[in-house]
Parts: sequence; structure tokens; C-alpha cells
Amino acid sequence: MTIDLFRQELQVLNVGLASFADAISSAGGKVLAIEWAPPARGDREVARALARLVNHPRVEAANRQAFDAYLSSQPVIEGIAVAHDAIPGLERRMILHAGPPVAWDKMCGPMQGAILGAAMFEGWARDLGSAAKLAASGKIVFAPCHHYSAVGPMAGIISPSMPVWVVRDQKADHRTFSTLNEGLGKVLRFGANGPEVIARLKWMSSKLSKVLVAALEVSGEIELKPLIAVALNMGDEVHNRNAAATSLLLKRLVSPMVRSKASRADVAAVVDFIAGNDHFFLNLSMAACKAMLDAARGVAGSSMVTVMARNGVEFGIQTTGTGDRWFTTPAPVVDGLYFPGYSMADAAPDLGDSAITETAGLGGFAMAAAPAIVKFVGGTPDQAIANTAAMGHITIGRNGAFALPQMNFAGTPAGIDARKVVDTGILPTVNTGIAHRHAGVGQIGAGITRAPLDCFTKAVTALASMVPDE
Amino acid sequence: MWHVPTAASVIRNFYRDSVALMQLSERLGKLPGIRQAAAIMASEANRALLREAGLATDQVEAGPNDLLIAIEADSEATLEAAMAEARGTFDRKPDNPTGASWREPPRSLEMGLEVMPAANLALISTPGEYAAAEATKALRLGLNVMVFSNNVALEDEVALKRSAGARGLMVMGPDCGTAILAGIPLGFANVVRRGDIGLVAASGSGLQHVSCLIDQLGHGVSQAIGTGGRDLHPQVGGLTMQQGLDALAGDPETRVIVLIAKAPAPEVAVRVLESAHGAGKPVVVNFLGANPKALETPKLHVAKTLEETAIVAVALSAGRKAADVGLPPSSLNLPRTDPGQRYVRGLYSGGTFCYEASLLLSEHLAPVYSNTPIGAAKPLADVWHSQAHTLIDLGDEVFTRGRPHPMIDYRLRNERIAIEARDPETAALLLDVVLGYGSHPDPAAEMAPAIAAAIAEAARDGRKLVVIGFVCGTEADPQNLKRQQARLREVGMIVTETNAQAVRVAARIVGSQRRVSAKAGRNDN
Repeated sequence: MTIDLFRQELQVLNVGLASFADAISSAGGKVLAIEWAPPARGDREVARALARLVNHPRVEAANRQAFDAYLSSQPVIEGIAVAHDAIPGLERRMILHAGPPVAWDKMCGPMQGAILGAAMFEGWARDLGSAAKLAASGKIVFAPCHHYSAVGPMAGIISPSMPVWVVRDQKADHRTFSTLNEGLGKVLRFGANGPEVIARLKWMSSKLSKVLVAALEVSGEIELKPLIAVALNMGDEVHNRNAAATSLLLKRLVSPMVRSKASRADVAAVVDFIAGNDHFFLNLSMAACKAMLDAARGVAGSSMVTVMARNGVEFGIQTTGTGDRWFTTPAPVVDGLYFPGYSMADAAPDLGDSAITETAGLGGFAMAAAPAIVKFVGGTPDQAIANTAAMGHITIGRNGAFALPQMNFAGTPAGIDARKVVDTGILPTVNTGIAHRHAGVGQIGAGITRAPLDCFTKAVTALASMVPDE
Repeated sequence: MWHVPTAASVIRNFYRDSVALMQLSERLGKLPGIRQAAAIMASEANRALLREAGLATDQVEAGPNDLLIAIEADSEATLEAAMAEARGTFDRKPDNPTGASWREPPRSLEMGLEVMPAANLALISTPGEYAAAEATKALRLGLNVMVFSNNVALEDEVALKRSAGARGLMVMGPDCGTAILAGIPLGFANVVRRGDIGLVAASGSGLQHVSCLIDQLGHGVSQAIGTGGRDLHPQVGGLTMQQGLDALAGDPETRVIVLIAKAPAPEVAVRVLESAHGAGKPVVVNFLGANPKALETPKLHVAKTLEETAIVAVALSAGRKAADVGLPPSSLNLPRTDPGQRYVRGLYSGGTFCYEASLLLSEHLAPVYSNTPIGAAKPLADVWHSQAHTLIDLGDEVFTRGRPHPMIDYRLRNERIAIEARDPETAALLLDVVLGYGSHPDPAAEMAPAIAAAIAEAARDGRKLVVIGFVCGTEADPQNLKRQQARLREVGMIVTETNAQAVRVAARIVGSQRRVSAKAGRNDN
């Protein structure tokens, strides 16, 4: 082949010594200086594996396919059901938890506390002591929510009798699941397991879910993407802020609830409960995101991230091309803002499946949409926009269904490309709540954290070994 | 009734605020050839509005969560264009709405391409261990590559160059110190006039010297391609030199081609020269340490030195015959040294200059020692101590480990100048000075005091130390050739035009000295 460099205007990308770029521009040449740093903190083997995958035709095609599948997913609320009935494979003595797999004795405090609470709720134990013995005995099977198309915030505990949202992707006819949000304060997902927590769970599985089931029978399926889109225009990013989405959902449900067979007193209690919990929509946001990302699964060769999740010990990710394999690294402690009286020393390492929202281009990736909470997470509205813009450099494309008014209605950056994370060193932003490291204390702060690089370098290395040179 | 092209398009479960949609409707309606256009969320009320406006979309299935675009146009073509425009609105990337400073600096080649989509060359000067990976990425992204970095494995070089060849791209390097493409200096390069002489060089300082001499002789360079020092290694097989040769052969702006290498593998040299025959243009070859005289043909001119290479190339460029070219006579009055001063000591920053000097000096004097011996020269026992005639390449790894290159940092060379000056057997010191981008901003200012001190110290001992050197550069270089030469002459350095001239002068001083001491009193000058 011939070299056609001489027939084009020379335009140079300078990688390395900045003085070379200066020389080119002072000689009148066109040059752009790359702010280069050794990829993967200087791991040469990862750098090589990554180089092999850059602009690889098979990976590019696979990513387009996976991303299109993600875009075309249409999650709707199908209903509410008991976990054991709804979730295929969820057995009677099984408890699902957030993040990658973790053994009982390795679990963080909030997760252990939540499991004890769940054992009490299920009636497997009379008191916390016998619940702890049972949990340690190996007679309960623990598994990640993600292995069962489910997601849960913080400890993410799903036990067989709990009511779960059933979200259906109309396009793929695939179902995803999440629990119903309990609210703030002493709640199971932060490891609280006192009598009031169990009592609330009982009420949720009896009254709350019954009323919602009755209402959904009247309303029919509720499309989630348009609802999220409107919420983004109203200042939510549907991870750390769900005030608008919760209101929109309630608006959709009130009339069906009133028309349903549910009693007036029960409807009033349910409306009060939802109206009093700005995070009520979070679990639906997560199940919708899970549905969109499950649509992208199973595409060989794709470097698109389908899961980011934390179990309070490890941060783990999965990619489309590497299937169900987890790539994990110790979970960071979030350097966020703490409630009065608490500090980083009190915090459990990063916890929860809620990073599924960022994986789907929402949450921290849609930070530009939520100026109201940027202060809360220590930033300015400009920084929020900058952050969303930065995420555009590590993603496959933009999701036009989720337009950001603050960025001239461009779609959110979505479809994290593990290659780009390693190549640029720009780490995915995750908006998150912070749990106390001891069970039952609850939320002690919130902040922005970054998905750790090591998960992505491991995923890239694994993918490189699966994709032949081309 | 006339047929009016109409179309409706639905995006399912896709929300936009009504204000945004009204703006879009208005914009679509103003496109040439569009009669009516509407973008709505397809609620019953909104669809009723469409019906009233005469935009019938009743056959289209859409609900309140779906975005419906309906357009009526003069022709199918305008209709289609408007529909594409409408849908494109929703896939747009953000176009910096606030003009705020939220742009991330490019951190990877891929990010760089987002900012500069027409980029066609990556200049890589990372630490060597990462350079191959960056070069691989660059090739995969369709970029030509110049790898300035050294310490890249030979097998990586081979793989990169093969991959580049298959993609119609070029890899200059690794260890490619200099190139000039379309008049733009890359790496350590000089500001050289543009012209019709194209160069391909496996030697950085060789390329700099020849291109600067061409400039000084009033001619210019079309392209100067560096291949990296190992390109003519048997395993690499001259892939880049071959590519560069082909490219220059096909380049309409190039009339004369120059090939430069030091100590090429003979079989590779032969292969390259064979294809140089077919270039269809005159080719001047300077393969230091190889003797390809046998291959000389009317179209292929073999030059012995870098100086001769430039002179022949310029003659050919001017349409003269290479055979008519003579070397410039030296009209210097050679200074006289003492009988005890018997040796030449050369301290070089350019590896090729040291090579060339070794070859030339060995023709006149023996024994010649070097840390990078070639031809008749012998390896130095201790690179930190000179013996007999010694020529040192201070750019060699032994000297640059943990220290900047001697073209940037003159301290090591200045120290060595002082050491050689104290040696009563030193008659002549040979030095090179390299200008251009990347080099020290004012080499003469660094060297002049050291040279003055060396001459003064020898004089205190009653010796006449001769310092000879040349400046590789042009008047357009940031350091300015003439200014540098003048400053060095001021302190007593004999400044020649070329490396070869400097060596010849040194050889004559020491040679005449030897003859003087042999035949006492006879002036051989």
C-alpha cells in the first residue's frame, strides 16, 4: 500500500514530551498535545492488552450491537410479586445481596445486619442470636442479586417472602427485580434489624404491596423511560435524587389506587408512605437500568460494562464480552460529606447495586441534570456539567431518551467502555450514600466516588485474551 | 388531487418537553420545501391538534409516551431530509452550551482524535516500555507514527512496522530522533528550507547534518523521513526505508532522493539499493561503514561522507552532474602544536558524527579508539579515559543513563573537555554542536567558557591546544547558526562547515605534526 501522508496536511497528536508539541506549533504546524500518563498505573502488560483492543473491528461491532440493544430496551412496571414466586431460581432458603459474591464471614457489618433482619422477617429465627448462628451455619444460600436479574440498594437484601417490583423489558420480554424502598433512617438496607424495621417490612409486604398491586391492575403497565426522562428535566439524576421521579410515579398511581378495590385507609397510608420517601422511586430506577443493561448482555467481544456493584468489601464489574465473570477489587471508602458526628472512620466501604444507574448512563453520569444535589456531594453546577461531559469520553454513545437540559438537550453519556476507562484513566463517577460500618446505624453521609481502575484493567486483560488479533 | 408527500415517524417511549418540541416543529417548518411539520408527544389532545392542522397521522400507532414527528413536504427528497434532521436532533453530542471550561484535556489518542479528527501522525516520546503500546493504538486508529522513544524491543519494532505496512501507514522509529514532514520539524529537527530533495535516514544526526547542509547550500528538503537506527537490521529488513523510498519516488515534490544509514546489515543494504535503482529518480546513498561502491550506477550515487551526500544531492537538484562535484578546498592556516601533542580527541553528541569521524580519521591516523568503534577503530578499554586517538559518542547509553542527552545538557562534555585539555598528549579536540528544536537553546553559551578555559589551561602549560568543531544547524533555527558559529570562533575554536572537514583539519594538524617531528624543521603546511 502507498503512504498518502504527503498528500494531506500534517496534523500531529503529540504523546509524551510537551516541548515537541511546542516546536511543531512554533514552526506553524498543527498539533494537539495529549496529556498522557502510563495506562493502568504503569502496568505494561495491561497497556499492551489494551493496545490490541483499541479500534478493534470485532470489539467495535460488538459494542455497537450491545449499545443498540441497551438503547432499544423498553422497561415498564409490570407489577409487584413475592420474590420467591417472581424471581426464577430464588429458593426458599436463599438470600440475595448486593455486589459480587461474598461469604457470610467476610461480609461487611451492614450486610450481615440486614441478613439477620431478613432471617427474622422470614421467621427463620426467633432472635438475632439464633439468626446469626443460622447465617453462619451454611444453611442459607447467599448469592448476588445480579445473578438473578435483580438489584438492591446498599446491602441489597432480597429474601424469598419480600415483595419485589417486577420490571419487564417489552422489547426483550425479559424481567428484572428489585425490592420496595423502605425510606430513610433505621432501615434494613443499611443493616438495621430492630423490631420497627421488621414491622415495617411486614407492613410493606402486606399493605403496601397489596395496594400497589391493586392500583397496577387498574393502571396497567407503566413505562419507565419517559418517566425518568421527565424526572431528569425536573432535577433528578434518579440515583441520589429521586424527588421528581417519586412525585411523578405517585401522580400516576393515585387515581388507580383510589379506583382500586383497596380500602380508603390503606390507600391513605400508602400515599403517605410514598409521599414521605423521596427515594421511593430509586429501586424502580435501578430495576429499569438493570433491564436496559441486561438487554446488552451476551454479545461476544464487547467491552461494554453491564454491571458495576459493591458488596461493602469488594467493588465488582461485569462486561458484555466476558459474560457472568466478575472483575473485583477492594471497595473504596467514600470520601464524601458526612452527617454531623460521623466521619470516614465510621463508614463501611462502598456498598450497593445502585451503581447500576451509572452503568446505564444515569446517576453520576447524568449529574448535569441535578444541580440541586451537587452541593450535597460537594460541587458546583458547573462541575456537575463537567463531570457528565467527562463521562462522555469513556462511554460508547449517548442515550437520546435521557436528554439533559443543562447540556443543550444532549443525551446522557451511556455504555461504559472498559477500554476507554483504562486508556484515559477517567474513572466512572458513582453517586452514592454512605452506610455506617456497624449494622443498623444507617446512612451517615453521601458523596461521589469513583469506580476503581483495577476492575477495568482486569476486564480489559480478560477480553484481550478472548479476542483474536485483527 | 395532487399527491402531497407526507410522513410520520414514531420514537417509542421517548420524552421531550413540549417547549423543545415546539422549537423543533418551528425549525422543521422553516426548512426549504416543507409545508408543515410537527413534533409532539402523541397524547390524544396533541393528535387532535394534528388532525385539525390537516396532518393526518391516524393510521400511525403511538401513545402519550411516544414522540411523533409528522411532516408534509413538496417532494419526497425534502421530506426525507427533514425527517433525518428531526431524528438527528436527538442523537447530538453536546455543543458546549455555556462555553464553560468543562472540556477535559485529551488523555488518550482516541480522545485526541475527537478534538482533531483529521490528525494523521502520532509523535510518541513516552518512556520506551509504553511506546510500543501507544504506537499500536495509533496504527489501529489509522495514524502514521513517529516513535522518538528508545528502549523498544526489536520484535516490537518488527511487529509495528509489519502492521503499519499492511495498513498503508508508516512507522518512523523507534529511536527516531528527527524528521521533517511538509516543512514541519518533528523531534530534534532543524528549520530547513523547503525544496525538492527527499531524505530517508536511519541516523538522526546524519539526517540533521545533510538537511542543514542542503539548506546552507541554498537548496531545500521536500520530506525528511527518519526510520530509527535499527531499521536496516536483518530482522527489520529496512521496512521503513523501503516505504520511505517508495513514498519519495511517488512524491511529485521530490526530485532527488537521499538515503542515509550507519553500518547497515549488508544483505539489507543491497536489497534497499536494488529497489533504489527502480525509484525513477536520482538517488544519493550514504551508508556509513558499508561499501556499496559496487552498486553505483548512473542513477545511484554513493557518497562517502555526509558532506559529500549533501553536495551531490544539491548538484543533482540543480541539474548538474554528480561527477562534476568537487569538495570545498580547505584554506585554513593550520596552527602549529608541540611535538609531545600527538593525539586527536573527539567528543561528540551526535552518534553518526562520531562514526563518520572514526572512519575518516582511521584513513590518516592509527590507532583510533572509540566507545562505539566502527571500521578500523578499536574499542576503548575504559570509556572514561582516552587512549591514543580517541573519539567518544557522549550520546551513548553509558553516558545518558539518568542524565539528559548531551545535545541538551553540556555539563558532561564540558567536564571531559577540561580533562582532555590537561592531557599533554592532546593536540586537537574535535567537537560537534547541534542546533534545532529539542536541542539546548544556546549551546555556544554553554561551550564557549569551557573551550576558552581549556585553551587557556593548555597555554599556561606552554601548549597550543587546537579546538576544531562544526555547528549543525541553519540560520532559521531558534539558536541561529551564524550567531553560534561567531560565538565559538570568538573563543578560538576553528569552526568548519561540516563534520568531515573538521576531521580532515584535525588529521592534517596531527599528521603534519608527526611529519614535522620526523623530519625536523621542514614546513609541511
